[in-house]
Amino acid sequence: MMGYVLRRILQMIPVLLGATFIIYALTFLMPGDPISALTGERPLPEATVAQIRQAYHLDDPFLIQYGNYMLGVFRGDFGIDFFGRPVMGLILERLPATFALAMTAWVLKLFIGLIIGVYGGLRHGKAADHFALVFTVLFMGIPGFVIALGAQTYFGVHLGWVDPAGVRAGWPMAFILPALVMAIEAAAGLARLTRTSLVDVLRAEYLRTAKAKGLSDQRIIWGHALRNAMIPVVTYLGLSLAGMLGGAVIIEAIFNIPGIGGLMVSSINNKEGTIVVGIATMLVLVYLVFNLLVDLTYGLIDPRVRV
Amino acid sequence: MSNQTDAQQTPLLQVHDLRVEFSTSQGIATAINGVDLSVSAGQSLGILGESGSGKSVTARTIMGLLDTPPARVVGGQILLEGEDLLSLPSKVRRSLNGPRMAMVFQDALSALNPVHPVGRQIGELFRVHRGYSRAAAKRAAIELMDRVKIPAASSRVNDYPHQFSGGMRQRIVIAMALALDPQLLIADEPTTALDVTVQAQILALLKEQQVERNMGLVLITHDISVVREVTDHVAVMYAGRVVEQGPTAQVLSAPRHPYTRGLAESVASEELKGSRLPAIPGSPPDLLNLPMGCSFANRCWLATEECNGRVPTLTELGESRATACFHHEEVQPYAAHSR
Amino acid sequence: MSTATNTVTPTEGAQAAARIPGKVKGGHHYWWLRLRFIISGSIVLLVILMAALPQIFTGFGPGPTENCDILNSNLPPSALHPFGMDVQGCDYYTNVIYGARASILVGIVVSLIAFAIAAAVGAIAGYFGGWIDAVISRLCDMAFGLPFILAAIVVLQLFGQRNVWTVIFALALFSWPGGVRFMRSSVLEVRNREYVQAARLLGASNSRIIRKHIVPNAITPLLVLQTLGVGGMISAEAGLTFIGIGLTPPAVSWGLQLAAARDYIDAAPHLLIFPAVFLTITVLGFVLFGEAMRDEFDPKGK
Repeated sequence: MMGYVLRRILQMIPVLLGATFIIYALTFLMPGDPISALTGERPLPEATVAQIRQAYHLDDPFLIQYGNYMLGVFRGDFGIDFFGRPVMGLILERLPATFALAMTAWVLKLFIGLIIGVYGGLRHGKAADHFALVFTVLFMGIPGFVIALGAQTYFGVHLGWVDPAGVRAGWPMAFILPALVMAIEAAAGLARLTRTSLVDVLRAEYLRTAKAKGLSDQRIIWGHALRNAMIPVVTYLGLSLAGMLGGAVIIEAIFNIPGIGGLMVSSINNKEGTIVVGIATMLVLVYLVFNLLVDLTYGLIDPRVRV
Repeated sequence: MSNQTDAQQTPLLQVHDLRVEFSTSQGIATAINGVDLSVSAGQSLGILGESGSGKSVTARTIMGLLDTPPARVVGGQILLEGEDLLSLPSKVRRSLNGPRMAMVFQDALSALNPVHPVGRQIGELFRVHRGYSRAAAKRAAIELMDRVKIPAASSRVNDYPHQFSGGMRQRIVIAMALALDPQLLIADEPTTALDVTVQAQILALLKEQQVERNMGLVLITHDISVVREVTDHVAVMYAGRVVEQGPTAQVLSAPRHPYTRGLAESVASEELKGSRLPAIPGSPPDLLNLPMGCSFANRCWLATEECNGRVPTLTELGESRATACFHHEEVQPYAAHSR
Repeated sequence: MSTATNTVTPTEGAQAAARIPGKVKGGHHYWWLRLRFIISGSIVLLVILMAALPQIFTGFGPGPTENCDILNSNLPPSALHPFGMDVQGCDYYTNVIYGARASILVGIVVSLIAFAIAAAVGAIAGYFGGWIDAVISRLCDMAFGLPFILAAIVVLQLFGQRNVWTVIFALALFSWPGGVRFMRSSVLEVRNREYVQAARLLGASNSRIIRKHIVPNAITPLLVLQTLGVGGMISAEAGLTFIGIGLTPPAVSWGLQLAAARDYIDAAPHLLIFPAVFLTITVLGFVLFGEAMRDEFDPKGK
């Protein structure tokens, strides 16, 4: 088991390097001189510019810059921004809000998606199932930010149930609406996957065996069908948690939640490349860690892939 | 419930005029069209037929394993010791599976739940039907695995189905079926998915357990040699009907239905020439659209006007033999094979 | 990423659903399938027409930024201007109609590019296997390591002015890994079929086998997957534009209109409602159309 985990971690390294390299290259090849953006209209003396360039290693060859950066990342140092603040600190300051949003949304999605999916799967072909299917198509079809806008306008502005802007109310109140919006959209996919998987499992031969053993329908569903049906669902759920962190960017912008998304957008506008790369690196890391966890959980529920 | 003397006279399982339909997108298909069967304790009955003849549907109907819909039992009776299963509430009926009757499936790998250890799947029967504790159920499972000759049962009880070989998996399925000492065991093509050498072992195991426990055994197969080896009686099915039945040796050596004779001949010629079966010319009728008369008439060399006009019923020929053919006297005995 | 067969992109649900064997075909009534195909097909045709020839829908009148009068800013819908006027006092109906082009172009072109790349790269990876497959698979893993929307944002911020082609470039750059994996696995299924081996024995070249035997037999699932993805891409474009990182003015798009409408939610709700409805119906139309396609050409060939 330890060997397997170790091997998976080793496999993660080239992926991490590759993904961060793409981001790093894209960001630092971006047009516009970061120093001129920093100083604004007033030109700096040559010497000062040279000093700054040296301090930030801007004159080193690109690959060396990247290498130095990644060495820092492995020590937990994501570099400093143009005001000398450690990027790690900036990210950590914003990360809780994004995590709170993504996790809340993920948990809501889990409940909504699984309940609808299992219900539809068990009643498949019946009216309730068709209703659930129409519901999921609808929410897969409506763009998430349109739902967000609608919800914000209606519940926030018209009904005044929630503060339409900002997170002054704190968790959970301020996060419920944005998280619900994210959850509803994502739950549709989960519900469909769960339903299809369950419908497949319900046709499986081993459920016939369970009936031949004289087990009750309840026991067949809870003891035999659901666990098998969950095998593809668990993979999807794990990966979608990382995806929700990415998706949170747009929702954060709409609901004015001071998370990673807001930091990312403002850093892009200020040409703060180190922060953009830092955020991306962090999210790639989170994604890979979740991926690893998913793989390990997968072995727990499906003995066939256990090592 | 029946008293002592009745129980001796009443066969363990009686099927009367059973009819099952499937609704498909193209219409109603008649899968079983008036089947009569009878099995006594300690007796083994083979149901022989090609795919689509209704033999598996018969087995599933007896066990109450049909998916309804699309299937529907439209008529008949299934009597287990005189008690009509079709009139029982579904929960009561389900609870008979395991302790009173059990089933062995064709493909053991898909018949076992991939995510539970085999010991737990066997032990589940004891836990659900007999209220055993977890530990007691596990002990019982190990004992059963020993009985069906799985080596090192106590160390393999926590293994998963995919960790066993095909033959061992089928033994596990058999162990599950035998767990609660059922009176009736239905085996649906139990050896089709296995290697030839393993087939013989599994058949021997089934036969041995059947004799030892004085069970009634219904063995469903398309393989004449399996029927010949294991069963005392045989019922030959064609297009949802039993076309001939009787003691196995007699039916196979002196068939009284052209279809049975065709089957026997095809096997014999395979044994002689080692070539592929010269199948009976033609194909079985469309179950969506059964002919007015005898279903076999379109492939039969003895068919006459009469055969196309009405369905021949299963008629006694004395000494527990019966056939559903107007021309059964013209069927030549087939003496080419040795056993 | 051995078990990571699912991708996390805006179309994640659709992709995941498309991957599961044993479609729900039996669970649906025929009339519903028929109805869904007709409705979604009509929507798709209508919006494509709207994107190609918006003049038809505006009666060959003035274009979106012509005939504007700032004095008419944000006027509500009237008989003459059924969708009202926008901030600049331009006819909003015309604007919304012209907004279709950006969405449709992005959705379809990005999906086509992803389809082409995935078909070629996936076929090569699946057919040749070995180190070629390993390299391609690792590249996919890397591209998968980046959340799709984030990667698109990073690319988009490279450009100060962003038109439709910039957005297409950014979205297409990271849109293919899911398709490559998908194609690769269907090629693996086809690769060892007898007709392929027969062609090989007859001395056909690798490129001929790929073109004549592998691709035609393995392409349908990918086609269905990418059709399902069109709606997701349209949605992604509108979302990115909405938060100010996608299209920039003077482009005309539903995302931009919605972004502008935010400031006047109370005063001029019509600015929000019309593009939102158009966008929703378009995305919904493509999603339904993709599902109809999938049920028609069930990828698992059930």
